[in-house]
Amino acid sequence: MPEQLVFAMEVILNGLMAGVLYALVALGFVLIYKASGIFNYAQGVMALFAAMTLVGIMNGQVPFAHLINATFGTHVHDFGWTVPALLAILMTMGVMVLLAWAVQRFVMRHLVGQEPIILFMATIGLAYFLEGVADLMWGSEIKTLDVGLPQGINLWIDESTFNIFGYGFFIDNLDIVATVIAALLVAALVAFSQYTKQGRAMRAVADDHQAALSVGISLNFIWIMVWSVAGFVALVAGIMWGTKSGVQFSLSLIALKALPVLMLGGFTSIPGAIVGGLIIGVGEKLFEFAIGPLVGGATENWFAYVLALIFLVFRPQGLFGEKIIERV
Amino acid sequence: MKLKLATAALSALMAAGPALADLVIPDLSYRTGPYAAGGIPFSDGYNDYFTMLNERDGGIGGVPIRVVECETGYNTEKGVECYESTKGEGALVYQPLSTGITYQLIPKVTADNIPLHTMGYGRTSAKNGDVFSHTFNYPANYWDGASGAINYLLEENGGDLSGKKIALIYHNSAYGKEPIRTLEELSKKHGFELAALPVDHPGQEQKSQWLQIRRDRPDYVLMWGWGVMNQVAVQEAANIRFPMENFIGIWWSGSENDVVPAGEAANGYKALTFHNVGTDFPVFDDLQQYVVDAGKAAGAGDQVGTVLYNRGLYAAVLAAEAIKKAQELSGNADITPAEMRDGMEALEMTEAKMADLGLPNFGPTFSVSCTNHGGDALVGVTQWDAANKTWSLISDFKPTDGEVIGALIDEDSAAYASENNLEGRCN
Repeated sequence: MPEQLVFAMEVILNGLMAGVLYALVALGFVLIYKASGIFNYAQGVMALFAAMTLVGIMNGQVPFAHLINATFGTHVHDFGWTVPALLAILMTMGVMVLLAWAVQRFVMRHLVGQEPIILFMATIGLAYFLEGVADLMWGSEIKTLDVGLPQGINLWIDESTFNIFGYGFFIDNLDIVATVIAALLVAALVAFSQYTKQGRAMRAVADDHQAALSVGISLNFIWIMVWSVAGFVALVAGIMWGTKSGVQFSLSLIALKALPVLMLGGFTSIPGAIVGGLIIGVGEKLFEFAIGPLVGGATENWFAYVLALIFLVFRPQGLFGEKIIERV
Repeated sequence: MKLKLATAALSALMAAGPALADLVIPDLSYRTGPYAAGGIPFSDGYNDYFTMLNERDGGIGGVPIRVVECETGYNTEKGVECYESTKGEGALVYQPLSTGITYQLIPKVTADNIPLHTMGYGRTSAKNGDVFSHTFNYPANYWDGASGAINYLLEENGGDLSGKKIALIYHNSAYGKEPIRTLEELSKKHGFELAALPVDHPGQEQKSQWLQIRRDRPDYVLMWGWGVMNQVAVQEAANIRFPMENFIGIWWSGSENDVVPAGEAANGYKALTFHNVGTDFPVFDDLQQYVVDAGKAAGAGDQVGTVLYNRGLYAAVLAAEAIKKAQELSGNADITPAEMRDGMEALEMTEAKMADLGLPNFGPTFSVSCTNHGGDALVGVTQWDAANKTWSLISDFKPTDGEVIGALIDEDSAAYASENNLEGRCN
């Protein structure tokens, strides 16, 4: 087999894996948009906030320590204990539920019935507020996140592909784990929305707020639930990306990777987020591999958007999005 | 009653206002935003050294130092605003800590007659003091860094790099592209093959670049990164099992922030430097006594001795020594920014002077002149020990390729002089 073809196969596999990581971020956007029509600009910052909270809890860090010390002249930094990863994840999930409640109680509830652009701007404000709170709460230094996920080359794939092609493929163990988790997450989300009472209520709210209210569904409860689920997805994305790069402010920028995925997959489809992620992941990696060297490289960021725009021209609602027909 | 009120008002004014004589040093810091993890330790070191001089020596030449901190968030517009809002306070020297801000400030400081110190960043050709009258980039610049890396590799390979493959992975920005021209010239001179691999901002996704490195199998990888790009690159290098001892970053890719997230896998990674690392210097005892223990540290005191803290401290040391020189030249203790510029231009850092300051072998020896605002371009190499979580200086501060770099600096500064109708001023 020609060498370049073998390399291209490795690139495609890695593109698929990267696409899963993009899809993990995009999922959070889809959930909130689907249930409330809000494009949640703060989704990336929620991933940062969740990951910082997880590391802080695991390390037994005192939240707002700098503020406490500056105010009271104390020198407290940590509680002197560490928390096992699984328990810390559960506790972080609790914090994300609290955050969901606070967002609903103090922001979204006051904006019911407002134009989508107002709600969008509210999430911009929320993003910057959360960034500041996360900094104040846990400090801005780069933190190591280790919840026991494997990292590095998968030796089995390396050896197997070497035996077949004479060249061992590089696949990161972390990407494999991310793929499995993303698959489980999507299956769980689909099952939740199809087969549970709360899931059906969520879909009812998504279809028509007024109709859902008229049959006794609590909008408040559903929105808190949706923001909580989005918080959970943000936590999963934060763990995956935070394990790769350390937990730091730049985690909030992973939202940039989700936008072309959403444009391509549609804002209202969970499978769309996954398929969109895979197409973007493979597309940008293949383009960088084949064309990148001819144009000086660093094509991935802009090519993802070009790819999404091409899809938009032919399917404005995205691959799996709902086609909106307005009668006048 | 009127007299009492007037006296009270005057007292309040005197208490609230700045001291009549002080040495004003603006600190254009970035303690917030995506690069705060790098900005905080630098600023802590910069502030703490001046605090120590105030507490221990009563300032410099009997005049207290007043640091005016202004948050830029590493944002160029905010940096310029900080400059405009602080220059009226009698600012002696600006350390903008950003190449973007530097480019904006070069014409401004020249017009305002205030010196600018861009230590290890900024416009490389500003080394030519004949053209850039108010900008200083001693003790080393990016092109010195590129040459320092190649010189180090030459040493490692018995003086011969012909046939070797060197990859440069760089932040796809003006900063990241800085070393390319120098490395291209050096590749012609030494016969190595250079491959440049850009990474888009912010650099969280680098799989394509590292797959290419894995396919091409370069002998060495150099990195010009910043922020999250560094941590991801070190992790990806570990993932593909690239030998860490063959991976060398520029000084902005060589702090604890860049290697700690990768854990044990980062062991052996190297970085260029123009100052020493750690706390094993007498001055740190004074810092502990007069600043940290006294509760006067700029931050939480937890950054003391980190790479970027030491860099900030070194920047403060060089500013303080230039102030002393300016005081000596002008005969004034309370110097003006113009006198500070003259002091910087006459600065000489010897090993004896550094030892007196409690910083033996902390930085390279160098001298500044009218034509040379960049010092002697000596560069060292550090290496990360993951088990002990420490950086160590593994080489002396050694000369770089003045022949290649000098020609490039002459070319670039001549172009700047031509664009701005500047005459040489050092004849």
